[in-house]
Amino acid sequence: MSHTDIERPGTSADVSAGEALLVEPSRLSPTRRALTTVLRSRELSIFLVLVAVVVLATTKNNSFLFSADGWRNFLLNPSILLLLAVGQAVVIITRNVDLSVGSTMALTAYLTGRLFIEQPNLPIVVVLAACLLMGAVLGLVNGVLVAYGKVPALVITLGTLYIYRGIMLTWAGSDRINAGDLPREFLSLGTKTVVGVPVLTIIAVVVLAVVGYYLHTARGGRELYAIGSDPDAAVLYGLPVRRRLLAAFVLSGALAGLAGALYTARYGTVSSSVGSGIELQAVAAAVIGGIAIFGGSGTVWGAAIGAFLLITINRALPSLGIEDFWQRAVVGVLILGAIVLDRILARRQARKLAESRDHA
Amino acid sequence: MSTATATPARTYSSYSAPLWKRWLVTRETAVIVLTAAVILYSLANVPNFDGPLTLKFLLQDIAPILLIALPMTLVIITGEIDLSVASIMGLSSVLLGVLHDAGMSVPAAALLALLAGLVCGALNGFLIAYVGLPSLAVTIGTLALFRGIAVGLLGTTAITDFTEKWADLATGTIGDSRIPLVMIPFAVLAVGFVVLLHFSTFGRGVYEIGLNDEAAHFTGVNVARTKMVLFLLSGVVSALAGIYFTLRYGSARGDNATGYELQVIAAVLLGGVSIFGGRGRLHGVLAGVVLIGVLSSALRLESVTVNVTNIIVGLLLVASVILPSVLGWAGSRLPRKASAAPAGPRPDKDAATADV
Repeated sequence: MSHTDIERPGTSADVSAGEALLVEPSRLSPTRRALTTVLRSRELSIFLVLVAVVVLATTKNNSFLFSADGWRNFLLNPSILLLLAVGQAVVIITRNVDLSVGSTMALTAYLTGRLFIEQPNLPIVVVLAACLLMGAVLGLVNGVLVAYGKVPALVITLGTLYIYRGIMLTWAGSDRINAGDLPREFLSLGTKTVVGVPVLTIIAVVVLAVVGYYLHTARGGRELYAIGSDPDAAVLYGLPVRRRLLAAFVLSGALAGLAGALYTARYGTVSSSVGSGIELQAVAAAVIGGIAIFGGSGTVWGAAIGAFLLITINRALPSLGIEDFWQRAVVGVLILGAIVLDRILARRQARKLAESRDHA
Repeated sequence: MSTATATPARTYSSYSAPLWKRWLVTRETAVIVLTAAVILYSLANVPNFDGPLTLKFLLQDIAPILLIALPMTLVIITGEIDLSVASIMGLSSVLLGVLHDAGMSVPAAALLALLAGLVCGALNGFLIAYVGLPSLAVTIGTLALFRGIAVGLLGTTAITDFTEKWADLATGTIGDSRIPLVMIPFAVLAVGFVVLLHFSTFGRGVYEIGLNDEAAHFTGVNVARTKMVLFLLSGVVSALAGIYFTLRYGSARGDNATGYELQVIAAVLLGGVSIFGGRGRLHGVLAGVVLIGVLSSALRLESVTVNVTNIIVGLLLVASVILPSVLGWAGSRLPRKASAAPAGPRPDKDAATADV
C-alpha cells in the first residue's frame, strides 16, 4: 500500500496504456500520456460521430460541404449555439445550470437593434461591448442569487428566464427589429468570411480557446472543477466558492449577451421568440459533449463539438433522405446515448480503479 | 453531574412547535393566503373578473397544468425532475389526431394515446430508476425525443376534424355552473394523489427518498419501484392533459403545449415544494397553480400584457425560494430578541451547558 512497496504489480508490461493513465499517469512518458488521453477522451468519440455525419451527408450530396454555401453554413450556423454551450458548460461544471441564457440572448438581441435605431453611427465594437456588459449584469443577478441565496440554480434561472423574457417583451412592445434598421456593415459581419472562415465562427472559436485554456490550466479553472466535484469539500478546503460561482454565471451571461448581438448580425431580424428553447439545446450540447450534469467533469471542447453536432445533424438529415422534422428525435436519442455511454464508462473506470487498488 | 439527572425527560412534544403552529405557519398557508388575497382583490377591483366566463376560461386554461402538477409534485419530492411532460402532451396530441384521422373513434385513439404516455413514462422511469441516470439529463433527452417523434409524425400540418361531440365535452361545463367538465377527472385524480402522497405508505416512501434515498432503501422502501411508478404516472397524466388540450382547441399539432414543462415546474416550486426533495404538499402546489392562473387572468382583464405576467411569475418564483434565506440572514444579523427564544424550556441546551 505504501510508497515503499517495491513489488508493484504490473509495471508497464501487463497493464494497458489506458489503465496506466487512470491509475498512475506519471508512469507513462509525457507524449504517450497526451496521446492516450486524447485517444480515450469522450471528445474524440463525439468528434468521430460528427465526422461520420459530415462524411455521410457529403457522399449523398456533394454540396453539403464542398459548395461555398455548404462550407460557410457548416461553420457559421453552430457559432451562436457554440457560445451558449461554452457558457453553459462552465456553469454545469460547477454543478449548477443556467436556464436563463435564451432570455438573456433575446434581451441583448433587441438591445443591439435598439442601439442602432437610436444611434445609427455607433461603432460595432461599442454595441458588442454593450451586449457583453448587459449579459454580464444579467448573469451577475443569477450568480448573486445562487451564490448568496444558497438556492438551487435550476429554480433561480427558471425564474429569471421568465423575468428577462418578460422585460424584453415589455421593452420591445410590438416592435420588431428588421434588417432595414441595422447598418449594412453590421449585417455583413454576420455573413463575412476571412479566408473562407466566417467572422462569427472566428469570434466563437477564440472565446472557446480562451475559456478552454483557462479551465485547463488556470487555478480558477481547476477550482471550478473542484467545486463541481464536491461543493462541501471545496468550502472546507478554503476555495473561494462564491466568487467562482459568480464568475461562472457572469461568464455564461456575458457569452449569452454576445450571442444575442451575433444573432442580430446573422439573421437581421429580432422577433419576440428569439432564443426561446435554446437554453435546453445548450444544455443538450454540453451533455452530448461529455459534461456530466452533476458537475466536476467534461471540457468545453466537448461542449463545442456537441453544439456543432446538434446543428450539423439538423442540416444533414434532409441530405440523408430523412425529413428534417425528425431532427429533434435524433437529438433526443443522441443525448440519451451520451449519458448511457457516460454511465458505462464511469462504471468501467470505477471497476478498474478498484481492481488496481486490490492488487496493490 | 447531578444536574444532568435532574433534567426532565426528553419527549418528542417538548421539541416540536404547537400543533396549530405546525398546521398554519407553513409555506402552503402563505401561498393559499396570497392566492385568496389576489382573488378577493381582483373580484373587488378588476372589471369583469366576476363575469360568468372568467372562471370557466380560467379553469380551462390551467387544467393541463393542474393535472400535470399532481404527478410532478411527487416526482420533485423524490428529488427527481421530469422535463419531458410537455413533449408527452405533444406526442399524445399528435397520436390522437393521427389515429382519429386513420378512422379510429376518439375514445379508442385516446386510449392508445394514454398507452403511449405510459410507454414514455416507462422509458424515463427505466433509465432513471433502474439504470440510475440523472433525471435532469434523461428528461432533457426524452424532451427532445418525444417532441421529435410528435413533430416527425405530423410535420407542420395540423389535424382538426374532431367530432363535434368530443370537442363539446372538452369545452363544456358541469350543468349550468361555470365549472368546466374537465374539473371532474381532475378532482378524482387530485383526491387519488392526495391519498397516495399524504395517506399511504407509498407516500411516506416518496418523502423518505427525497430526504435520503439510501436511508429509505434501508428502511425497506423500494426506491427504484417507487420512482418507476411516479414516472409512469407522470407519463399517463401528461398524455391525458395532451388529449384534453387537443380536444379543447380542436387541433392536433406537433408543437402543441411547447414550453409547458417550465410552467408546471414553476407552479410546483411556487407551491412550496423543495427542488432538493423531501418537502412539499399537494394543497400548496394546487394553490400555486391557481395563483398563477388567477394572476394572468386578472392581468389580462386589466389589459396588462402577458409579458408583465411573465415578470411577476418569475419574481414570485425567485422570491419564494430566496425569502427563507434572506429572512434567516436578516434574523442572524438582528440582535437576539427575547421573543425569538422558544417559550418552552429547552432541556437539551440546559443539560449541555450544565455538563460543560
